[in-house]
Amino acid sequence: MDVIILQLFNGFSISSILLLIALGLSITFGLMKVINMAHGELIMIGAYTAYVVQNLFADYMPASMFGWYFALAIPVSFAVAFVFGLVLEMGLIRFLYGRPLDSLLATWGVGLMLQQLARSIFGAPNVGVKSPAWLDGGMTVGDNVFPYKRLFIIGLVLVCLLVMYLYIYRSHPGRRMRAVMQNREMAACLGISTRRVDATTFAIGSGIAGIAGCALTLIGPIGPTIGTYYIVDAFMVVVLGGVGKLVGTVFGALGIGLSNTLFEYWTTASLGKVLVFLCIVAFLQWKPSGFVAMRSRSLDN
Amino acid sequence: MKGAFWKSGVFVILALLLVLAGCGKNDNAASTTTNADGTKTDNGGSTGSENSGGEIKVGILHSLSGTMAISEVSVKDSEMMAIDEINAKGGVMGKKIVPVVEDGASDWPTFAEKARKLISEDKVATVFGGWTSSSRKAMLPVFEELNGLLWYPVQYEGLEQSPNIMYTGATTNQQIVPAVSWLLENKGKKFFLLGSDYVFPRTANKIIKEQLKVEGGELAGEEYTPLGHTDYATIISKIKAAKPDVVFNTLNGDSNVAFFKQLKDAGISSGDLTTLSVSVAEEEIRGIGADVLAGTFAAWNYYETTDTPANKTFVENYKKKYGDDRVTADPIEAGYDAVYLWAAAVEKAGSTEVDKVKDAAKELEWDAPEGKVKIDGETQHLYKTVRIGEVQTDGQFKEVWNSGSPVKPDPFLKGYDWAKSLSEGK
Repeated sequence: MDVIILQLFNGFSISSILLLIALGLSITFGLMKVINMAHGELIMIGAYTAYVVQNLFADYMPASMFGWYFALAIPVSFAVAFVFGLVLEMGLIRFLYGRPLDSLLATWGVGLMLQQLARSIFGAPNVGVKSPAWLDGGMTVGDNVFPYKRLFIIGLVLVCLLVMYLYIYRSHPGRRMRAVMQNREMAACLGISTRRVDATTFAIGSGIAGIAGCALTLIGPIGPTIGTYYIVDAFMVVVLGGVGKLVGTVFGALGIGLSNTLFEYWTTASLGKVLVFLCIVAFLQWKPSGFVAMRSRSLDN
Repeated sequence: MKGAFWKSGVFVILALLLVLAGCGKNDNAASTTTNADGTKTDNGGSTGSENSGGEIKVGILHSLSGTMAISEVSVKDSEMMAIDEINAKGGVMGKKIVPVVEDGASDWPTFAEKARKLISEDKVATVFGGWTSSSRKAMLPVFEELNGLLWYPVQYEGLEQSPNIMYTGATTNQQIVPAVSWLLENKGKKFFLLGSDYVFPRTANKIIKEQLKVEGGELAGEEYTPLGHTDYATIISKIKAAKPDVVFNTLNGDSNVAFFKQLKDAGISSGDLTTLSVSVAEEEIRGIGADVLAGTFAAWNYYETTDTPANKTFVENYKKKYGDDRVTADPIEAGYDAVYLWAAAVEKAGSTEVDKVKDAAKELEWDAPEGKVKIDGETQHLYKTVRIGEVQTDGQFKEVWNSGSPVKPDPFLKGYDWAKSLSEGK
């Protein structure tokens, strides 16, 4: 029984991590249809930002304050990745809208450049981020330990999800954003600056990738190539969930996360992953548009 | 229609990425280069010099770009340092050693191609290089065909013995086998084997399982994860359920970071469960965090803290040359040894000819930073002292056990009855 509860928790935990890395992509890829292969590197930028913030705290702040660096690292990671995203959109992606394969190759190249940049600045080996003391340990229920870090990531994802929902569906900029993504010409006719909307939308997606990177420093490695570990999963979640819908991304993450822990527990890690991918392929054969299909005329052409 | 085309495009890319992700992230296995960034580090200025008069050219062939650069650049650095030191003392046979540095780019066909170039075009006297077993296996036929000489500096899975390779890293009976015996004696009988899913961990675990059978151990579980795996929650649940005394860890690369961080979070401390790793050295500790690893064990032949006079100067010079924040580790030291051993063999032979150097190298002894080493004439591996260390909170190892004297290399485990099926089965 304990094992079942623990595995269920692990499943939700993995789902939350998947959701976090896929949220940003669900905007840039899901809404904007840009196949952004540099998404993983934006995650990496977030992770390195957390590392830099940590070092600044260690150098310039009293030791008692050190634990709180992480609270600051999250918004800073968002901001840094946001700026990178903005520059990327204005300098490159803007010229490649409607040419998915070109933008795919171009962003792949950008990703490699960012990796090399990180290698030049921080060196090739992994760097260590010390997790804040208030996230060490876990909540003990019976025989099970629920690590605070994983609970924290679940909480962080819920907050991100809520904020994104409010922004996209309940705010004026969000409404403009949806208008542009659904019918660009009509939105432009109504006086919306589609360029500005494109730039901010892409930057927001990038910023969320930055938050993901910051959170991942708690549980995984931080090196120039960490983005490549997560990018496949991120695309899987978005494609499985249904391109263009936030709620689809949530279902996609839950589906992959839960089935992954289940299969991995029953078989082995390698075989578990294979089974998950088989399920995804089979599912997409049955429902090619994913869990939640977007009903929009723009996809019909 | 556009939608369908577009989606299939995404899938092709995803499939491609999966393949790359599978091959790219590891320390000892096939390394297709994920970072096709084409950045070739040119550490040159040395190419183009003639192999005449007062100079001897040697090749240095490591991955200076791509995923393996993390590990191999440091080995290249220590080999360059050894060459500089020897040159400062007047060189070999009065001649200066000139290194020709090539980039293997974390890609084994590139290793083979560059090895051929070094031997045939640059006419180097010998080559120091390689890290992954696949890079070594790719270079092996080239060296055998052209009768070159390769010095390979990394611990590996054994079961190999080429007349054209000098192995200065440990083979299994100098690392894994004694570590298992030590654990059985001191830490408990119930073993859980955890490794990355490729040839080195699988071979190592095959050996360990045979050894457990005869030495009274018990196998509590065996798990492999894909290279680059980042979530160990389920594996940790399995470990909890199996209740082993010891986790023998052959994970490679970044997976170690995820595993140890998550193990700590799951409330399992080094006091509750002994872990011993064979791929975590000083350099890896920096990336994982010493606070996470403190109290875990590793088996190597050398630590930065190894207390020998030669090591004191080695560490001092290395830090002076490359910066105080750099650390030395086992393969870094083995690369350094290789250069000195080659130079000593050349002096003894009075020639740089491969066959004469190989002859002279037989039973050659040297006071390495790790202590006395000797080249075993029969296998061309080194006699090495086995050391088990415990990670301290400052990121350094404290040696808790050593074999006392250098252990004779036995790559095919001929000296162990229980290993018969393994060496014959190959």
